[in-house]
Amino acid sequence: MSDQLVFAMEVFLNGLMAGVLYALVALGFVLIYKASGIFNYAQGVMALFSALTLVGIMEGQVPFAHVINATFGTDLHHFGWHVPGFVAILLTMAVMVLLAICVQKFVFRHLVGQEPIILFMATIGLAYFLEGVGDLMWGSEIKKLDVGLPQGINLMIDETTFGWFGYGFFIDNLDIVATIIAALLVTALVIFSQYTKQGRAMRAVADDHQAALSVGISLNFIWVMVWSVAGFVALVAGIMWGTKSGVQFSLSLIALKALPVLMLGGFTSIPGAIVGGLIIGVGEKLFEFAIGPMVGGATENWFAYVLALIFLVFRPQGLFGEKIIERV
Amino acid sequence: MFYREAGDFKTTYAADSQTFPIKFDRFRYYAVSFVAFLIIPFVINDYWVNAIFLPFLIYSIAAIGLNILVGYCGQVSLGTGGFMAVGAYGCYKLMTAFPEVSIFFHVLLAGGITSIVCVLFGLPSLRIKGFYLAVATLAAQFFLVWLFNRVPWFYNYSASGQINAPERTVFGIEVTGPNTEAWATYLFCLVFLTICALIARNLTRGTQGRTWMAIRDMDIAAEIIGVNPLKAKISAFAVSGFFVGVSGALFFSVYLGAVEVGEVFGINKSFLVLFMIIIGGLGSIFGSFAGAAFLVLLPVLLKNVLVGMLGWPTDLAAHLEFLIIGGLIITFLIAEPHGLAQLWRVAKEKLRLWPFPH
Amino acid sequence: MNDMTHDSYTTEDGRTIGGVVMEMKNITLRFGGVVAIENISFDIREGEIRAIIGPNGAGKSSMLNVISGFYVPQEGDVFYKGQKRPPMRPYQVAQQGIARTFQNIALFEGMSVLDNVMTGRLRQMKSGLLAQALWKGKAEAEEVANREAVERIIDFLEIQHIRKTPVSRLPYGLKKRVELARALAAEPSILLLDEPMAGMNVEEKEDMSRFILDVNDEFGTTIALIEHDMGVVMDLSDRVVVMDYGKKIGDGTPDEVRNNQAVIDAYLGVAHD
Repeated sequence: MSDQLVFAMEVFLNGLMAGVLYALVALGFVLIYKASGIFNYAQGVMALFSALTLVGIMEGQVPFAHVINATFGTDLHHFGWHVPGFVAILLTMAVMVLLAICVQKFVFRHLVGQEPIILFMATIGLAYFLEGVGDLMWGSEIKKLDVGLPQGINLMIDETTFGWFGYGFFIDNLDIVATIIAALLVTALVIFSQYTKQGRAMRAVADDHQAALSVGISLNFIWVMVWSVAGFVALVAGIMWGTKSGVQFSLSLIALKALPVLMLGGFTSIPGAIVGGLIIGVGEKLFEFAIGPMVGGATENWFAYVLALIFLVFRPQGLFGEKIIERV
Repeated sequence: MFYREAGDFKTTYAADSQTFPIKFDRFRYYAVSFVAFLIIPFVINDYWVNAIFLPFLIYSIAAIGLNILVGYCGQVSLGTGGFMAVGAYGCYKLMTAFPEVSIFFHVLLAGGITSIVCVLFGLPSLRIKGFYLAVATLAAQFFLVWLFNRVPWFYNYSASGQINAPERTVFGIEVTGPNTEAWATYLFCLVFLTICALIARNLTRGTQGRTWMAIRDMDIAAEIIGVNPLKAKISAFAVSGFFVGVSGALFFSVYLGAVEVGEVFGINKSFLVLFMIIIGGLGSIFGSFAGAAFLVLLPVLLKNVLVGMLGWPTDLAAHLEFLIIGGLIITFLIAEPHGLAQLWRVAKEKLRLWPFPH
Repeated sequence: MNDMTHDSYTTEDGRTIGGVVMEMKNITLRFGGVVAIENISFDIREGEIRAIIGPNGAGKSSMLNVISGFYVPQEGDVFYKGQKRPPMRPYQVAQQGIARTFQNIALFEGMSVLDNVMTGRLRQMKSGLLAQALWKGKAEAEEVANREAVERIIDFLEIQHIRKTPVSRLPYGLKKRVELARALAAEPSILLLDEPMAGMNVEEKEDMSRFILDVNDEFGTTIALIEHDMGVVMDLSDRVVVMDYGKKIGDGTPDEVRNNQAVIDAYLGVAHD
């Protein structure tokens, strides 16, 4: 087998695993969109915020320490305790639920019935706001996040593939764990939305707000729940990416990776988010591998978008979206 | 009381569709133009020009451009940063390739080039709508920035990857480069802003504006009553692209003088201009000015208060700025989707009846 | 009554009805497996008021959408002014002089009444982007000329007082009238009205009927309308097409239709015994 093909296979596998993470972030979008018609641009910043909060709690950082210090001339930084990872995750989740309640109470309850594009712009505002809050609360320096996930090259795969091709694939343990967790989460979410009472209520709200209200579903509750679930998804994504490349501003940019996934898969389709994520993950890695060197590299910045754009021109409703019939 | 339209009757339809139908507004407009053209240039200094006036003038042009696309035609674009970059790099290539031609024409041509690029990325709007389109315009943002970053031809193979504005003059007076005078750069940008604002106003008060708004309000009905959606959307992208390109060219050549594309024309620039028109008012030329002024002044103000008076470090002030801008966007969308322009209208309405509100 | 020739004739109240201006031939329209219109043919003559009636879901609105080019029928042809109409986009149909109103009002909510009505005159607006950017000269002259025409229609429909009001602030009845004004502003050769009186009270219906008759009378505009209210239809129209479940079950003068057994069955129900 030629070297190029073996390299391509390694790239393919890595792309597949990146794709699962994209799919995970995209799922957060799809959930909120399906239940409330809100296209949540802040999803990426939520991931950043949750990761910042997680690190902050684990390290025992004093919230808003910088602001307090700057204003009152004090020198606060840490409480001096360390919280174990599992407890910190639970506490962070509680913060995310609180955030969900606030978002619903202070923002979107006042925007019910507005046009989707207005809601979208509101989430951009929310993204800015959260980013400001996160940085003021926990500081903006790059932080290390370690909740005990395995990291480093997977030797088993390295050795096995070396035995097969004479070339060991470099695949990070963290990616494998992330893939498994993402797959589990996706399954859980699908089961949740298909088979539980809350899931059914959520889908009912997605179909028709007023009809759902009339059969006694509380919109407020459903929306808070959906934002909480999205917060949970953001937390998981935040942990994965934060562990991998540190908790920093660029983490919020994973939202930008998820957008083309959504365009490709359709905003309303859970399978679409998964398949779209995989296609984009694999596509951008292979494209960078094959074409990137010829055009100066870093094609990952735009490949997904251009692919999605071209695709949409031919199929405006995405891979799995329903065909839109227009009426007057 | 002070502000009134009573007794201000129109006897022709032309008079009724003029820019400022109310006499008071008209006089105020003359007064503002007088101050802007004949007083400010004599009292202005470098700090005021660079901190406030140039960004305000240039962002106003960009905001007017984006407002035509988003506020009037209803096509949300998140690619403004990328399109400004096209204007900047177009202007740079023209300035270096044809040094003998006046920079005035370079800026206009850069606008034209951006217009074409904008139309190209606007073509999908015929098939996709709403935030599918908004996300699709991100493709322009990322692709264009990448292009200017990675293809050396665009930055004339300079070692730093930056572009630097060479010295150019208008009527023998330098407007770009390191040795410019405050009043010259100010007037140069003001002339462009005036031209752009007049064009925008003319386009939006007549047939073209109605066509755009028809597409914005109800695209299917618009097509059935005779609006060609292709022409309407493409023309909006073209006009918007022209303005954004002009602003990008000025931003690079007159204001900054040197540009690194990823830093200056990144996605945050797209959002900044979008925020300007949300805060200022969608579908309002005046709102574009108001929004630009607001978001130019806010950081200056915050910096003066927090850093200058309270002694905060600058990065904290920057985070607080994020928080405030985000909060303002949400507040405006909830309380006043038509932005500052609407607040102004309401205030005028109140003022008209004052002191007898009923 | 006159038979279906292409000759013109004069009605009892002295209006002249001309030859056939539009003809639908064997139109069939399907949505997936659902047949909305099945093999329907009828014509519209110049200067007449032509009604399409039928129970809910009979396919009336679909028929109107076919005429205005929004739906493309799978089978059949539309003949306009004697010529077969090639496939075209709705805006091209509008530019040929076919204007319409909508069942669920489709005004441009963000614009004033005046701007809405002016939009109806796109067909007459010719100045290009550059001319408009300069404004002075061609664009302004055109704007003023068209404004005059629009003001005549605004006067005619008695909506002068709301000229500058944003449409979103108007009550339902006035919105319907503004929509009629917008359609009239195009000076159409055929005016399509989709349930112009739906949801109106008696007084508003009378107003609207008067406007429809006046439009037909003063401008000689050919009108095709869909309406639920049988009484109104019979009073207004010269000829009526009756549809039921996508099929044509009757076609003729109001009197002929009133006495048609199939029509009676469709409206009153038929005893299945």
